[in-house]
Amino acid sequence: MSYRLAILCVLLLAAAGAQAEPRGASLYEQHCSACHGDAGLGGVGVPIALPSFLGGVTDDYLSKTIRHGRPGRVMPAFHQLTDAEIDAIVAHIRNLADVAEPDLPNITIQGDPVRGEALYTSHCAQCHGASGEGGKGTGVTFSRPRDLPIIAPALNNSGFQQAASDTMIRHTLIHGRAGTPMISFREAGLSDQDIDDIIAHLRTLEPTPPLEGAEAPILVAESPYDLDSTVDNLRQAVISKNFRIIREQTLADGLQPEGQDSQKQVILYFCNFNFLNDALAIDPRVGLFLPCRITVVEDDDGVRLMAINPLRLSHLFNNRELDAACQEMHGIYRDLLEEASL
Amino acid sequence: MKRLLLLTPLLFLAALATPAFAEDLLMTRSSQAFPETMMSLQEGITKHGYTVSRVQRVDIGLTAMGYETDKYRVVFFGKPDEIRWLTDNHPETIPYLPPKIAIFAEANDTLMVAINPAHFAQFFDDPALKDVFLRWERDFRAILNAVD
Repeated sequence: MSYRLAILCVLLLAAAGAQAEPRGASLYEQHCSACHGDAGLGGVGVPIALPSFLGGVTDDYLSKTIRHGRPGRVMPAFHQLTDAEIDAIVAHIRNLADVAEPDLPNITIQGDPVRGEALYTSHCAQCHGASGEGGKGTGVTFSRPRDLPIIAPALNNSGFQQAASDTMIRHTLIHGRAGTPMISFREAGLSDQDIDDIIAHLRTLEPTPPLEGAEAPILVAESPYDLDSTVDNLRQAVISKNFRIIREQTLADGLQPEGQDSQKQVILYFCNFNFLNDALAIDPRVGLFLPCRITVVEDDDGVRLMAINPLRLSHLFNNRELDAACQEMHGIYRDLLEEASL
Repeated sequence: MKRLLLLTPLLFLAALATPAFAEDLLMTRSSQAFPETMMSLQEGITKHGYTVSRVQRVDIGLTAMGYETDKYRVVFFGKPDEIRWLTDNHPETIPYLPPKIAIFAEANDTLMVAINPAHFAQFFDDPALKDVFLRWERDFRAILNAVD
Protein backbone atom coordinates (compact mmCIF):
# COMPACT_ATOMS: atom_id res chain seq x y z
CA MET A 1 0.00 0.00 0.00
CA SER A 2 2.80 2.36 1.02
CA TYR A 3 4.73 1.63 -2.15
CA ARG A 4 1.63 2.27 -4.23
CA LEU A 5 1.18 5.64 -2.50
CA ALA A 6 4.79 6.55 -3.20
CA ILE A 7 4.49 5.57 -6.86
CA LEU A 8 1.27 7.56 -7.14
CA CYS A 9 2.94 10.64 -5.67
CA VAL A 10 5.90 10.32 -8.02
CA LEU A 11 3.54 10.03 -10.99
CA LEU A 12 1.58 13.07 -9.78
CA LEU A 13 4.82 15.01 -9.42
CA ALA A 14 5.80 14.07 -12.94
CA ALA A 15 2.37 15.10 -14.20
CA ALA A 16 2.63 18.42 -12.35
CA GLY A 17 6.04 18.98 -13.90
CA ALA A 18 4.71 18.28 -17.37
CA GLN A 19 1.82 20.64 -16.76
CA ALA A 20 4.25 23.30 -15.54
CA GLU A 21 6.16 23.22 -18.86
CA PRO A 22 6.30 26.94 -19.60
CA ARG A 23 4.51 28.14 -22.68
CA GLY A 24 6.03 31.30 -24.04
CA ALA A 25 2.94 32.70 -25.72
CA SER A 26 0.72 32.46 -22.66
CA LEU A 27 3.47 33.71 -20.34
CA TYR A 28 4.07 36.63 -22.69
CA GLU A 29 0.37 37.40 -22.72
CA GLN A 30 0.23 37.20 -18.94
CA HIS A 31 3.31 39.27 -18.13
CA CYS A 32 4.32 41.34 -21.15
CA SER A 33 1.52 42.10 -23.59
CA ALA A 34 -0.24 44.70 -21.43
CA CYS A 35 2.73 47.03 -21.90
CA HIS A 36 4.44 45.78 -25.08
CA GLY A 37 1.32 44.78 -27.01
CA ASP A 38 0.23 41.35 -28.21
CA ALA A 39 2.44 41.62 -31.30
CA GLY A 40 5.28 43.40 -29.48
CA LEU A 41 4.61 46.70 -31.25
CA GLY A 42 4.82 48.72 -28.04
CA GLY A 43 2.46 50.80 -25.98
CA VAL A 44 3.23 51.77 -22.43
CA GLY A 45 6.35 49.69 -23.05
CA VAL A 46 8.76 50.00 -25.96
CA PRO A 47 8.29 48.04 -29.19
CA ILE A 48 10.26 44.81 -28.99
CA ALA A 49 9.24 43.17 -32.26
CA LEU A 50 11.43 45.43 -34.39
CA PRO A 51 13.61 43.17 -36.59
CA SER A 52 16.52 45.56 -36.14
CA PHE A 53 16.17 45.26 -32.37
CA LEU A 54 15.85 41.48 -32.23
CA GLY A 55 18.65 41.15 -34.78
CA GLY A 56 20.95 43.12 -32.51
CA VAL A 57 20.33 41.64 -29.09
CA THR A 58 21.15 38.25 -27.67
CA ASP A 59 18.80 35.94 -25.82
CA ASP A 60 20.99 36.55 -22.77
CA TYR A 61 20.25 40.28 -23.04
CA LEU A 62 16.51 39.63 -23.26
CA SER A 63 16.63 37.18 -20.34
CA LYS A 64 18.57 39.55 -18.10
CA THR A 65 16.27 42.41 -19.06
CA ILE A 66 13.24 40.39 -17.99
CA ARG A 67 14.93 39.19 -14.81
CA HIS A 68 16.35 42.54 -13.66
CA GLY A 69 14.07 45.02 -15.40
CA ARG A 70 15.08 48.64 -15.68
CA PRO A 71 15.02 50.21 -12.21
CA GLY A 72 13.20 53.53 -12.35
CA ARG A 73 12.35 53.14 -16.06
CA VAL A 74 8.91 51.44 -15.92
CA MET A 75 10.10 47.94 -16.97
CA PRO A 76 9.74 45.87 -13.77
CA ALA A 77 12.04 43.07 -12.66
CA PHE A 78 10.37 39.67 -12.95
CA HIS A 79 11.97 37.97 -9.98
CA GLN A 80 9.02 35.59 -9.67
CA LEU A 81 9.58 33.87 -13.02
CA THR A 82 11.69 30.73 -13.26
CA ASP A 83 14.62 30.56 -15.66
CA ALA A 84 12.60 28.15 -17.81
CA GLU A 85 9.68 30.57 -17.95
CA ILE A 86 11.95 33.43 -18.96
CA ASP A 87 13.55 31.24 -21.63
CA ALA A 88 10.07 30.46 -22.97
CA ILE A 89 9.16 34.15 -23.09
CA VAL A 90 12.43 34.97 -24.86
CA ALA A 91 11.73 32.27 -27.44
CA HIS A 92 8.29 33.75 -28.00
CA ILE A 93 9.68 37.28 -28.34
CA ARG A 94 12.19 36.08 -30.89
CA ASN A 95 9.35 34.58 -32.90
CA LEU A 96 7.51 37.90 -32.96
CA ALA A 97 9.77 39.04 -35.78
CA ASP A 98 11.27 35.68 -36.73
CA VAL A 99 14.79 37.01 -36.39
CA ALA A 100 17.66 34.74 -35.39
CA GLU A 101 19.81 35.52 -32.38
CA PRO A 102 23.01 37.31 -33.43
CA ASP A 103 26.35 35.76 -32.56
CA LEU A 104 27.71 38.29 -30.06
CA PRO A 105 30.10 36.65 -27.61
CA ASN A 106 30.37 38.29 -24.22
CA ILE A 107 33.82 39.87 -24.50
CA THR A 108 35.02 42.94 -22.61
CA ILE A 109 36.04 45.69 -24.98
CA GLN A 110 38.96 47.93 -24.09
CA GLY A 111 38.83 51.62 -24.89
CA ASP A 112 39.70 55.09 -23.64
CA PRO A 113 36.80 56.31 -21.47
CA VAL A 114 38.05 59.89 -21.40
CA ARG A 115 38.12 60.10 -25.17
CA GLY A 116 34.87 58.19 -25.20
CA GLU A 117 33.19 60.78 -22.99
CA ALA A 118 33.89 63.53 -25.50
CA LEU A 119 32.58 61.37 -28.34
CA TYR A 120 29.51 60.43 -26.31
CA THR A 121 28.76 64.09 -25.59
CA SER A 122 28.90 65.03 -29.25
CA HIS A 123 27.18 61.96 -30.74
CA CYS A 124 24.95 60.29 -28.14
CA ALA A 125 23.97 62.69 -25.36
CA GLN A 126 21.32 64.48 -27.40
CA CYS A 127 19.08 61.37 -27.31
CA HIS A 128 20.42 59.35 -24.38
CA GLY A 129 21.02 62.30 -22.03
CA ALA A 130 24.21 63.86 -20.74
CA SER A 131 24.56 61.21 -18.04
CA GLY A 132 22.98 58.37 -20.00
CA GLU A 133 19.66 58.89 -18.24
CA GLY A 134 17.69 58.17 -21.44
CA GLY A 135 14.75 59.79 -23.19
CA LYS A 136 11.66 60.98 -21.39
CA GLY A 137 8.25 59.34 -21.23
CA THR A 138 7.38 55.68 -21.50
CA GLY A 139 6.86 53.67 -24.68
CA VAL A 140 4.74 54.96 -27.53
CA THR A 141 1.45 55.59 -25.73
CA PHE A 142 0.12 58.96 -24.67
CA SER A 143 3.48 60.21 -23.54
CA ARG A 144 4.84 60.10 -27.07
CA PRO A 145 3.42 60.57 -30.55
CA ARG A 146 2.63 57.14 -31.97
CA ASP A 147 4.68 57.74 -35.09
CA LEU A 148 7.84 57.74 -33.00
CA PRO A 149 8.97 54.15 -32.79
CA ILE A 150 11.03 53.97 -29.61
CA ILE A 151 12.27 55.91 -26.62
CA ALA A 152 16.02 56.35 -26.19
CA PRO A 153 17.15 53.82 -23.55
CA ALA A 154 18.81 54.89 -20.31
CA LEU A 155 22.36 53.69 -20.83
CA ASN A 156 23.31 54.40 -17.21
CA ASN A 157 20.54 52.15 -15.92
CA SER A 158 21.81 49.28 -13.79
CA GLY A 159 19.44 46.90 -15.61
CA PHE A 160 20.83 47.89 -19.00
CA GLN A 161 24.41 47.72 -17.76
CA GLN A 162 23.81 44.19 -16.46
CA ALA A 163 22.02 42.99 -19.56
CA ALA A 164 24.01 44.52 -22.41
CA SER A 165 27.40 43.08 -23.28
CA ASP A 166 30.11 45.26 -24.77
CA THR A 167 29.85 43.40 -28.06
CA MET A 168 26.10 43.98 -28.18
CA ILE A 169 26.58 47.71 -27.64
CA ARG A 170 29.28 47.74 -30.30
CA HIS A 171 26.95 45.94 -32.72
CA THR A 172 24.26 48.56 -32.08
CA LEU A 173 26.67 51.46 -32.57
CA ILE A 174 28.03 49.96 -35.79
CA HIS A 175 24.70 48.96 -37.36
CA GLY A 176 22.20 51.30 -35.69
CA ARG A 177 18.57 50.25 -35.31
CA ALA A 178 16.50 50.57 -38.47
CA GLY A 179 13.07 51.96 -37.68
CA THR A 180 14.34 53.96 -34.71
CA PRO A 181 16.27 57.22 -34.43
CA MET A 182 19.43 55.18 -33.66
CA ILE A 183 21.70 55.57 -36.66
CA SER A 184 24.77 53.58 -37.72
CA PHE A 185 27.70 55.44 -36.29
CA ARG A 186 30.10 53.65 -38.56
CA GLU A 187 28.22 55.10 -41.50
CA ALA A 188 28.26 58.43 -39.67
CA GLY A 189 32.04 58.34 -39.72
CA LEU A 190 33.13 56.92 -36.36
CA SER A 191 36.07 54.52 -36.40
CA ASP A 192 36.20 51.19 -34.57
CA GLN A 193 38.44 52.83 -31.97
CA ASP A 194 35.93 55.68 -31.51
CA ILE A 195 33.18 53.15 -30.90
CA ASP A 196 35.27 51.17 -28.41
CA ASP A 197 36.08 54.37 -26.54
CA ILE A 198 32.39 55.25 -26.31
CA ILE A 199 31.69 51.78 -24.88
CA ALA A 200 34.47 52.27 -22.32
CA HIS A 201 32.83 55.55 -21.31
CA LEU A 202 29.37 53.95 -21.05
CA ARG A 203 30.75 51.53 -18.49
CA THR A 204 31.73 54.47 -16.26
CA LEU A 205 28.24 55.99 -16.16
CA GLU A 206 26.72 56.20 -12.69
CA PRO A 207 23.11 55.00 -12.30
CA THR A 208 20.53 57.56 -11.26
CA PRO A 209 19.96 57.10 -7.51
CA PRO A 210 16.55 55.71 -6.50
CA LEU A 211 14.00 57.62 -4.48
CA GLU A 212 14.97 57.08 -0.86
CA GLY A 213 12.90 56.42 2.20
CA ALA A 214 9.89 54.40 3.24
CA GLU A 215 7.08 56.90 3.12
CA ALA A 216 3.89 56.77 5.18
CA PRO A 217 0.92 55.73 3.00
CA ILE A 218 -1.21 58.74 3.91
CA LEU A 219 -0.84 62.42 4.73
CA VAL A 220 -2.94 63.68 7.63
CA ALA A 221 -3.56 66.99 9.34
CA GLU A 222 -5.81 67.65 12.31
CA SER A 223 -8.11 70.63 11.95
CA PRO A 224 -9.08 72.89 14.84
CA TYR A 225 -12.27 73.83 12.96
CA ASP A 226 -15.57 72.04 12.48
CA LEU A 227 -16.19 69.96 9.38
CA ASP A 228 -17.93 72.65 7.31
CA SER A 229 -15.35 75.30 8.10
CA THR A 230 -12.50 72.91 7.30
CA VAL A 231 -14.06 72.02 3.94
CA ASP A 232 -14.48 75.73 3.25
CA ASN A 233 -10.84 76.39 4.15
CA LEU A 234 -9.80 73.55 1.88
CA ARG A 235 -11.78 74.96 -1.05
CA GLN A 236 -10.00 78.29 -0.72
CA ALA A 237 -6.59 76.64 -0.36
CA VAL A 238 -7.16 74.50 -3.45
CA ILE A 239 -8.16 77.50 -5.56
CA SER A 240 -5.20 79.52 -4.29
CA LYS A 241 -2.89 76.77 -5.62
CA ASN A 242 -4.36 77.15 -9.13
CA PHE A 243 -6.38 73.97 -8.96
CA ARG A 244 -9.96 73.75 -10.11
CA ILE A 245 -12.50 72.05 -7.85
CA ILE A 246 -14.20 69.44 -10.02
CA ARG A 247 -16.42 67.70 -7.51
CA GLU A 248 -17.50 67.53 -3.89
CA GLN A 249 -19.15 64.42 -2.53
CA THR A 250 -19.43 62.16 0.48
CA LEU A 251 -17.14 59.16 0.45
CA ALA A 252 -20.00 56.69 0.09
CA ASP A 253 -21.78 58.67 -2.62
CA GLY A 254 -22.87 56.21 -5.27
CA LEU A 255 -22.39 53.27 -2.91
CA GLN A 256 -25.07 53.94 -0.29
CA PRO A 257 -28.64 55.01 -1.07
CA GLU A 258 -28.98 58.79 -1.12
CA GLY A 259 -29.32 60.16 2.41
CA GLN A 260 -27.83 57.07 4.03
CA ASP A 261 -24.21 57.96 3.28
CA SER A 262 -22.22 59.53 6.09
CA GLN A 263 -22.09 63.31 5.82
CA LYS A 264 -18.99 63.29 8.02
CA GLN A 265 -16.67 62.09 5.25
CA VAL A 266 -16.44 64.74 2.56
CA ILE A 267 -14.22 64.36 -0.49
CA LEU A 268 -13.00 67.38 -2.43
CA TYR A 269 -11.78 66.44 -5.92
CA PHE A 270 -9.66 68.99 -7.75
CA CYS A 271 -7.46 69.23 -10.80
CA ASN A 272 -4.84 71.37 -12.45
CA PHE A 273 -5.25 70.28 -16.06
CA ASN A 274 -1.82 71.47 -17.10
CA PHE A 275 -0.24 69.42 -14.34
CA LEU A 276 -2.44 66.47 -15.30
CA ASN A 277 -1.46 66.74 -18.96
CA ASP A 278 2.21 66.79 -17.99
CA ALA A 279 1.72 63.81 -15.69
CA LEU A 280 0.06 61.78 -18.44
CA ALA A 281 3.02 62.60 -20.67
CA ILE A 282 5.30 61.09 -18.05
CA ASP A 283 3.32 57.91 -17.51
CA PRO A 284 -0.11 56.98 -18.93
CA ARG A 285 -0.88 54.93 -15.83
CA VAL A 286 -1.17 57.99 -13.59
CA GLY A 287 -4.95 57.65 -13.64
CA LEU A 288 -4.44 55.74 -10.43
CA PHE A 289 -3.56 59.05 -8.77
CA LEU A 290 -6.58 60.79 -10.26
CA PRO A 291 -8.34 62.99 -9.58
CA CYS A 292 -6.40 64.89 -6.91
CA ARG A 293 -8.36 64.54 -3.73
CA ILE A 294 -8.43 65.41 -0.05
CA THR A 295 -10.98 63.89 2.31
CA VAL A 296 -12.23 65.77 5.36
CA VAL A 297 -13.35 63.40 8.09
CA GLU A 298 -15.12 64.08 11.36
CA ASP A 299 -15.22 61.34 13.99
CA ASP A 300 -14.64 60.92 17.73
CA ASP A 301 -11.04 62.07 17.28
CA GLY A 302 -12.14 65.41 15.78
CA VAL A 303 -11.81 66.76 12.26
CA ARG A 304 -8.95 65.59 10.05
CA LEU A 305 -7.83 66.15 6.49
CA MET A 306 -6.46 63.08 4.75
CA ALA A 307 -4.78 62.41 1.41
CA ILE A 308 -2.83 59.63 -0.21
CA ASN A 309 0.92 60.04 -0.07
CA PRO A 310 1.97 60.22 -3.74
CA LEU A 311 5.53 59.32 -2.82
CA ARG A 312 4.43 55.99 -1.36
CA LEU A 313 2.36 55.14 -4.41
CA SER A 314 5.03 56.28 -6.81
CA HIS A 315 7.28 53.38 -5.81
CA LEU A 316 4.78 51.00 -7.43
CA PHE A 317 5.22 52.55 -10.87
CA ASN A 318 9.00 52.09 -11.21
CA ASN A 319 9.22 55.40 -13.03
CA ARG A 320 11.79 57.88 -11.77
CA GLU A 321 10.28 60.72 -13.78
CA LEU A 322 7.00 60.07 -12.07
CA ASP A 323 8.79 60.13 -8.71
CA ALA A 324 9.74 63.74 -9.41
CA ALA A 325 6.13 64.67 -10.26
CA CYS A 326 4.96 62.88 -7.10
CA GLN A 327 7.50 64.81 -5.07
CA GLU A 328 5.86 67.99 -6.36
CA MET A 329 2.36 66.66 -5.68
CA HIS A 330 3.43 65.59 -2.19
CA GLY A 331 4.47 69.17 -1.49
CA ILE A 332 1.19 70.51 -2.83
CA TYR A 333 -0.86 68.12 -0.68
CA ARG A 334 1.21 69.06 2.38
CA ASP A 335 0.66 72.76 1.72
CA LEU A 336 -3.08 72.28 1.23
CA LEU A 337 -3.46 70.28 4.43
CA GLU A 338 -1.53 72.89 6.31
CA GLU A 339 -3.38 75.88 4.85
CA ALA A 340 -6.80 74.33 5.44
CA SER A 341 -6.03 73.52 9.05
CA LEU A 342 -4.19 76.68 10.09
CA MET B 1 11.59 4.47 3.64
CA LYS B 2 8.77 5.79 5.82
CA ARG B 3 10.46 9.19 5.84
CA LEU B 4 10.60 9.09 2.05
CA LEU B 5 6.93 8.21 1.92
CA LEU B 6 6.10 11.18 4.14
CA LEU B 7 8.40 13.48 2.24
CA THR B 8 7.05 12.63 -1.20
CA PRO B 9 3.52 14.02 -0.67
CA LEU B 10 5.06 17.12 0.92
CA LEU B 11 7.27 17.62 -2.13
CA PHE B 12 4.21 17.17 -4.28
CA LEU B 13 2.33 19.88 -2.40
CA ALA B 14 5.36 22.16 -2.53
CA ALA B 15 5.62 21.65 -6.29
CA LEU B 16 2.03 22.79 -6.71
CA ALA B 17 2.36 25.80 -4.41
CA THR B 18 2.17 29.24 -6.03
CA PRO B 19 5.15 31.44 -5.21
CA ALA B 20 4.30 34.38 -2.95
CA PHE B 21 4.78 37.45 -5.07
CA ALA B 22 2.82 40.65 -5.49
CA GLU B 23 3.00 42.54 -8.75
CA ASP B 24 2.97 46.26 -8.08
CA LEU B 25 0.22 47.04 -10.57
CA LEU B 26 -2.43 44.79 -12.04
CA MET B 27 -2.52 45.62 -15.72
CA THR B 28 -4.27 44.02 -18.63
CA ARG B 29 -4.85 44.69 -22.28
CA SER B 30 -8.13 44.18 -24.10
CA SER B 31 -8.24 43.84 -27.85
CA GLN B 32 -11.72 45.34 -27.76
CA ALA B 33 -12.34 49.02 -28.40
CA PHE B 34 -12.75 51.38 -25.49
CA PRO B 35 -16.59 51.46 -25.25
CA GLU B 36 -16.91 47.67 -25.33
CA THR B 37 -14.12 47.24 -22.82
CA MET B 38 -15.64 49.82 -20.50
CA MET B 39 -18.95 47.99 -20.65
CA SER B 40 -17.28 44.62 -19.98
CA LEU B 41 -15.31 46.09 -17.09
CA GLN B 42 -18.40 47.51 -15.39
CA GLU B 43 -20.25 44.24 -15.93
CA GLY B 44 -17.35 42.33 -14.39
CA ILE B 45 -17.25 44.65 -11.39
CA THR B 46 -20.98 44.15 -10.81
CA LYS B 47 -20.76 40.41 -11.38
CA HIS B 48 -18.22 40.14 -8.56
CA GLY B 49 -20.57 41.84 -6.12
CA TYR B 50 -19.18 45.38 -6.28
CA THR B 51 -21.06 48.56 -7.04
CA VAL B 52 -19.71 51.09 -9.51
CA SER B 53 -19.99 54.36 -7.60
CA ARG B 54 -18.68 56.75 -10.21
CA VAL B 55 -16.78 57.09 -13.47
CA GLN B 56 -14.34 60.00 -13.71
CA ARG B 57 -14.09 61.15 -17.31
CA VAL B 58 -10.50 62.34 -17.38
CA ASP B 59 -10.45 62.75 -21.16
CA ILE B 60 -13.54 64.97 -21.17
CA GLY B 61 -11.96 67.33 -18.65
CA LEU B 62 -8.71 67.50 -20.57
CA THR B 63 -10.42 68.05 -23.91
CA ALA B 64 -12.61 70.79 -22.45
CA MET B 65 -9.45 72.55 -21.34
CA GLY B 66 -7.92 72.32 -24.82
CA TYR B 67 -5.61 69.35 -24.36
CA GLU B 68 -5.48 66.47 -26.84
CA THR B 69 -6.06 63.08 -25.35
CA ASP B 70 -7.38 59.64 -26.14
CA LYS B 71 -10.22 58.13 -24.11
CA TYR B 72 -9.30 57.92 -20.44
CA ARG B 73 -11.60 57.14 -17.51
CA VAL B 74 -11.26 56.12 -13.87
CA VAL B 75 -13.86 53.70 -12.51
CA PHE B 76 -14.55 53.81 -8.76
CA PHE B 77 -16.29 50.86 -7.13
CA GLY B 78 -16.78 49.04 -3.86
CA LYS B 79 -19.02 46.92 -1.69
CA PRO B 80 -21.06 49.35 0.40
CA ASP B 81 -20.91 47.36 3.64
CA GLU B 82 -17.22 46.70 3.24
CA ILE B 83 -16.42 50.36 2.57
CA ARG B 84 -18.47 51.36 5.60
CA TRP B 85 -16.66 48.79 7.77
CA LEU B 86 -13.30 50.06 6.57
CA THR B 87 -14.08 53.74 7.12
CA ASP B 88 -15.59 53.07 10.57
CA ASN B 89 -12.89 50.73 11.83
CA HIS B 90 -9.85 51.71 9.82
CA PRO B 91 -10.16 55.39 8.92
CA GLU B 92 -6.50 55.41 7.90
CA THR B 93 -7.60 53.65 4.70
CA ILE B 94 -10.02 56.43 3.72
CA PRO B 95 -7.76 58.19 1.19
CA TYR B 96 -7.61 54.97 -0.83
CA LEU B 97 -11.37 54.37 -0.81
CA PRO B 98 -13.28 53.46 -2.82
CA PRO B 99 -10.80 51.46 -4.96
CA LYS B 100 -10.47 52.26 -8.65
CA ILE B 101 -9.38 51.00 -12.03
CA ALA B 102 -7.98 53.33 -14.67
CA ILE B 103 -9.02 52.48 -18.23
CA PHE B 104 -7.61 54.10 -21.33
CA ALA B 105 -7.48 53.60 -25.06
CA GLU B 106 -4.31 52.61 -26.84
CA ALA B 107 -4.92 52.76 -30.57
CA ASN B 108 -7.47 49.97 -31.18
CA ASP B 109 -6.82 48.27 -27.84
CA THR B 110 -7.81 49.30 -24.34
CA LEU B 111 -5.64 49.09 -21.24
CA MET B 112 -6.82 48.72 -17.66
CA VAL B 113 -4.65 49.19 -14.61
CA ALA B 114 -5.19 48.98 -10.86
CA ILE B 115 -2.91 49.15 -7.87
CA ASN B 116 -2.42 45.62 -6.63
CA PRO B 117 -4.50 45.65 -3.41
CA ALA B 118 -1.95 43.30 -1.85
CA HIS B 119 0.19 46.39 -1.44
CA PHE B 120 -2.43 47.97 0.79
CA ALA B 121 -1.72 45.15 3.25
CA GLN B 122 1.84 46.48 3.38
CA PHE B 123 0.66 50.08 3.61
CA PHE B 124 -1.60 49.28 6.55
CA ASP B 125 -0.02 46.57 8.63
CA ASP B 126 -3.10 45.19 10.35
CA PRO B 127 -4.05 41.48 10.17
CA ALA B 128 -7.74 42.39 10.08
CA LEU B 129 -7.18 44.28 6.85
CA LYS B 130 -4.99 41.71 5.16
CA ASP B 131 -7.88 39.36 4.39
CA VAL B 132 -9.86 42.18 2.78
CA PHE B 133 -6.99 43.32 0.60
CA LEU B 134 -6.02 39.82 -0.48
CA ARG B 135 -9.64 39.12 -1.42
CA TRP B 136 -9.66 42.35 -3.40
CA GLU B 137 -6.55 41.19 -5.21
CA ARG B 138 -8.24 37.93 -6.22
CA ASP B 139 -11.40 39.77 -7.26
CA PHE B 140 -9.61 42.51 -9.20
CA ARG B 141 -7.53 39.96 -11.06
CA ALA B 142 -10.68 38.02 -11.93
CA ILE B 143 -12.46 41.19 -13.06
CA LEU B 144 -9.55 42.27 -15.27
CA ASN B 145 -8.97 38.80 -16.68
CA ALA B 146 -12.66 38.42 -17.51
CA VAL B 147 -12.54 41.61 -19.58
CA ASP B 148 -9.46 40.38 -21.38
